[in-house]
Amino acid sequence: MSNIGSYEERIENFDWSISEEELGYKEGDVINIGWYCSDRICAQGKGDRPALLWENSTGEEKSYTYDDLRVCSNGIGAFLRSLGLKEGDRICLFMDRIPELYIGLLGILKIGAIAQPLFSAFGDESLFVRLENAGTSAVITQRKHASKLHKILDRLPDLKHIIIVDYDETRPLKEKEVAFSMDARRQDQLEIFPTRAESPSLLHYTSGTTGMPKGVQHVHYSLISQYLTAKWVLDITEDDIYWCTADPGWVTGTSYGIIAPWALGVTQVVLDSGFSAENWYRFIQKYRVTVWYSAPTAIRSLMKAGEEIVKQFDLSCLRHLVSVGEPLNAEAVTWSEKVFGLPFLDSYWQTETGSIMITNFPGMKIKPGSMGKTFPGIVGTVVDPQTYEPLQEPGRIGLIAFRPGWPAMMRTYWKNEETYQGKFKNGWYMPGDRARIDPQGYFWFIGRDDDVINTAGHLVSPFEVESVLLEHPAVAESAVVSKPDEINMEVVKAFVTLKPGFAVSEELELEIMNFIRKKLSSLAMPQEIEYVDSLPKTRSGKIMRRLLHAKEWGEEIGDTSTLEND
Amino acid sequence: MDDLKDVILEYVIAEYADEDDKVTFDTPLISGGLVDSFSMVSLKRFLEMKYKITIPDAEATPEAFDSVNKIVELVRRFIS
Repeated sequence: MSNIGSYEERIENFDWSISEEELGYKEGDVINIGWYCSDRICAQGKGDRPALLWENSTGEEKSYTYDDLRVCSNGIGAFLRSLGLKEGDRICLFMDRIPELYIGLLGILKIGAIAQPLFSAFGDESLFVRLENAGTSAVITQRKHASKLHKILDRLPDLKHIIIVDYDETRPLKEKEVAFSMDARRQDQLEIFPTRAESPSLLHYTSGTTGMPKGVQHVHYSLISQYLTAKWVLDITEDDIYWCTADPGWVTGTSYGIIAPWALGVTQVVLDSGFSAENWYRFIQKYRVTVWYSAPTAIRSLMKAGEEIVKQFDLSCLRHLVSVGEPLNAEAVTWSEKVFGLPFLDSYWQTETGSIMITNFPGMKIKPGSMGKTFPGIVGTVVDPQTYEPLQEPGRIGLIAFRPGWPAMMRTYWKNEETYQGKFKNGWYMPGDRARIDPQGYFWFIGRDDDVINTAGHLVSPFEVESVLLEHPAVAESAVVSKPDEINMEVVKAFVTLKPGFAVSEELELEIMNFIRKKLSSLAMPQEIEYVDSLPKTRSGKIMRRLLHAKEWGEEIGDTSTLEND
Repeated sequence: MDDLKDVILEYVIAEYADEDDKVTFDTPLISGGLVDSFSMVSLKRFLEMKYKITIPDAEATPEAFDSVNKIVELVRRFIS
């Protein structure tokens, strides 16, 4: 029997108080995620239980019990306080997937500060806009990533400390750097800041069509959703070995790669390494992974690696597979059922929702290619794009819409309340995706409702890439759209006009690609650059990305009445 | 041709390695997390441009790009 039991009965009798009661929380109580994920489990007599089994690409291994989580996060919290950092301060985690990243997040939350995890592959410009917007006071990082910070330090007046977690005395500390060793600073006691339900907890940056990335602000009460969705959708029990493959630089890696599994007291495993099918299967076999939460891009890459390699490993330990990040194609579901004897179940949510919204539940009839049904307590539908009224006829395509009010929903965009308010129409929260609902109530994903590019489950803002392209000396104008990709669903493509004196060449194309990769990230790097004489524009001079997008996807161009020089 | 290994190693270090990364001819690039699947596209582009070859997408696998030595092996096949 799965944790959720009967989906229909749960829908009938649902109330978020189920989660509150299981977590021992009552309205008005102190609620601190850092405490719930470590001290609470220890107080239940489970301090010796393994919390984190970690391995990196060189085969180095580390393990931490729940008591280790408790004393290490206490040590981090105390160290941050010793630097003068306090509740409400934004503290960035900018690291590879090392234990300090996972446990550091708990330490930040324990002192009431706001954790701001950023993907360690970000280039200096991506890093700058996010740290500048958040007014970040400190960054916890590794020596090898600190150089990116030093390039932008003079533009970040609020940044007081760069905390180096792997200092080894072979190189002197630089400006604003301070050394910290997590394992050497274990501390049994820490006064945990009494955060309440609405106290800010995390700031995750996400990309939009226009403007710079937005800081999605979550609160400690998000735990209520994250705990219960992990229990009912990921079906996690205390005896499981759980592997979430997402990087905590993205929301899946925090909601379901740190908070939910540790609030549930489960043992989770982390592989800090690049992708290789052989390495992943070896890892599952070695640690006897039972519950696996991964992404469609990874699943399609495993499919590409073939079925023969699967036979070299004993993967009989797996019992439940769930996917997130992009729509999971039907072929991937049927392939996993054939190869692992288990289907990957799709789940749908986003940075702003903070927790799973629509999913295929354990025990439910799976329709390969569908997103599944709404989580109990979540009121979701598709609405008309003009009126924002729910579409009554099954099968009609509309915009996905949710009634606000679930615990993990974002509370605002950092310093951008106007954009936050713009996400609500007719009383619905609009995540910006299109879908249809079939007669049995299953949602089917259609696509984004804007120009944001979803590449391998990560959102890339065309505006952000275009802005940096214009910083390249050869680029006069640019337009960035998605193009189809077999593995990543979409990848970035740039259309570029050159300034006088610059000629089209392979060297220039590679130079521009690397320019974007280093400034922003590899995800944002155009996989293809097409040089054009001019870009399609409206008569008011706005670049019409829509036409370029339609060309890449082989779609109808649609209305071109506003096109300049038509 | 003799310096092919050195040229590729030098390029990988200059373009993809962080300050403290120690990269040798056998360092796992893809499985080690130094070069991700997105960055592999720019590395492939460099090899094609530098050695005037075309590497079919089917041959440009994470396994074939997983170390400088493996990349050299791949490039040599297409040069010859």
